[in-house]
Amino acid sequence: MDLFEYEGKQFFASYGIPVPDGEAAASVEDAVAAAERIGFPVVVKAQVHTGGRGKAGGIKLASSEDEVRQYASDILGMDIKGHTVNIVWIEEASEIAEEYYASFTLDRSKKRHLGMLSAEGGVEIETVADENPDAIAKIWIDPIVGLTDDQTRGWVAAANLNPAATEGAVELLQKLYTAYDQGDADLVEINPLILTPNGQVHALDSKVSLDSNSVFRHPNYERYDATQPRDERETAAHEQGLQYVGLDGSVGVIANGAGLAMSTVDVVSQAGGNAANFLDIGGGANAEVMAGALQVINNDPEVKSIFINIFGGITRGEEVAKGIVGALEQVDIDSPIVIRLDGTNADEGRAILSPHLSEMLMVEDTMLSAAAKAVELAGGAA
Amino acid sequence: MSIFLDENTKVVYQGLTGSAGRFYGLRNRDYGTQVVAGTHPKKVGEEVDGIPIFANVGDAVEATGATASCLFIPAPFVKDAVMEAADGGVSLIVVITEGVPAHDEAWFFNKLAEDYPDVRLLGPNCPGLISPGKANVGITAGHIAKDGGPVGIVSRSGTLTYQALYELKQQDIGVTTCVGIGGDPVPGTSFIDCLAAFEADPETKAVMMIGEIGGSAEEEAAEFIRDHMTKPISAYVAGVTAPPGKKMGHAGAIVSGGKGTAAAKMEALEAAGVKVGQNPTEAGELMVDLVRHL
Repeated sequence: MDLFEYEGKQFFASYGIPVPDGEAAASVEDAVAAAERIGFPVVVKAQVHTGGRGKAGGIKLASSEDEVRQYASDILGMDIKGHTVNIVWIEEASEIAEEYYASFTLDRSKKRHLGMLSAEGGVEIETVADENPDAIAKIWIDPIVGLTDDQTRGWVAAANLNPAATEGAVELLQKLYTAYDQGDADLVEINPLILTPNGQVHALDSKVSLDSNSVFRHPNYERYDATQPRDERETAAHEQGLQYVGLDGSVGVIANGAGLAMSTVDVVSQAGGNAANFLDIGGGANAEVMAGALQVINNDPEVKSIFINIFGGITRGEEVAKGIVGALEQVDIDSPIVIRLDGTNADEGRAILSPHLSEMLMVEDTMLSAAAKAVELAGGAA
Repeated sequence: MSIFLDENTKVVYQGLTGSAGRFYGLRNRDYGTQVVAGTHPKKVGEEVDGIPIFANVGDAVEATGATASCLFIPAPFVKDAVMEAADGGVSLIVVITEGVPAHDEAWFFNKLAEDYPDVRLLGPNCPGLISPGKANVGITAGHIAKDGGPVGIVSRSGTLTYQALYELKQQDIGVTTCVGIGGDPVPGTSFIDCLAAFEADPETKAVMMIGEIGGSAEEEAAEFIRDHMTKPISAYVAGVTAPPGKKMGHAGAIVSGGKGTAAAKMEALEAAGVKVGQNPTEAGELMVDLVRHL
């Protein structure tokens, strides 16, 4: 799960990483009060899960109460690349001598943690990687050993930071690795990492993504989960514990297994349509889960047809069919449903479905013909 | 022949006394797998339908000669359970559990590589592996697979694997071994490990590979195929239409910064001479065609 900048900075601060003093505000009045407590000048920063905030006008320097009021009211409610700003972060303005980049993430090919450090901060790291890859100093960290002091010093030297930043950078990077490791982060990134004119090294921004599988040992991560931006559909699915991703099309998709669900979205697209969602109901496909899934999809006003794609493994076809019939008794569905049922005892399953078939409930033999039918029912090829 | 698992493999089930462990452990035994032991520190001396329970994997290995372990252990305890299995002396560790933190996976992957380089880890978050007609370790429905070869299957996705097994059986085509490597960021066994084993296995004449978005495992596999594989391969990569940045069910299935897209993976595989299908059905048909021309 991705954290907002302010959450990331609070996460950093809990590991002793120096961040500027700041406060989150959800209203103009709260923003003004925060600025007065912190002292002018302050920076007013839009809190959204996307880059390019500065260019969109979402980051402003304010020297007075009037300016904070003005900027906070401009930025709150602003749309940045489809993300609505609900929170601003009010932060003491920092003096910047130099801007660097630092991050830790998992290198999936090398199966080790990767640290990246660059003297060229404040710009997209992808751009640096394309145009001047030598400007990024990389280290690979054995998770058993961790990040040693010697390794950190060699790394900082290789990145050619200003010598005045060395001690501060070594200390901060070790704390950052601790936060990454002990905090079960998928990614921690500071861009820019700044050197101030008086020689301090601070995190001026934060990008943190935490592993949702680690919540069992970080119960306080529930609060980050609560602030995850989700549309109405995703909220409903999340409450039911369903693996759901909202998409833009008109064919609602239900499948068992993540791979099959991805594949179902693909074949809808190959049939000329567009899926409204990705939804994996897991291996079991019982009536309760199926009913919940159908409810979530039925509440999506864009959905014009529903494609249920189930492969029976250990869960036999007749159990799946009973689950679908049971679900339809619990939920009134507005859109026609196309079912493709294959695998263990698929024929028995189809026999159970057959008395229920109508213009609103159809069975197709193959994944491809079912996709074509669902797309046709949704109004044809896009 | 088969790879990694056959009728002689003796398997201990960590978590056999739990509901999932019992359900699949007994199913695996019914299939023909030598399920010789379970473990539970507080249930030593008890039995699960005649299968003895030991305190730990080491004791089970000593008493039964088990050489493999299969884990149905809750995610918080998987890290310790994997090391218990390696310390106990098995050479194959299969982790079915999903939801294991990525940092734990990176930790025990490296710990095994350093301390137990000959131990094979499969998973976490995988359906296990089946050598049809010989043994089945994990959650695959055994009856959807035809035994005997000539096809070997390696896959990151569970249901798409079942789909592949089933479609080949419909065409009367057998499978030597089907390995589900799982959908997590640090899989213990890679595509390349399986491809190399299939290349070396005389009974496997062709390989079917099922990938998905995220990471670069398929691209690395493509390079290996180009340089080392002589057997024909068909492949499918799920997630062509996946939006960037969204996790599609599997923790490993995420497209970031233009990397890890299905299109890039399919292109790399095609360039290495692999027959790539646009959907699972097409990949199955391509495999059937490859087998008919062997």
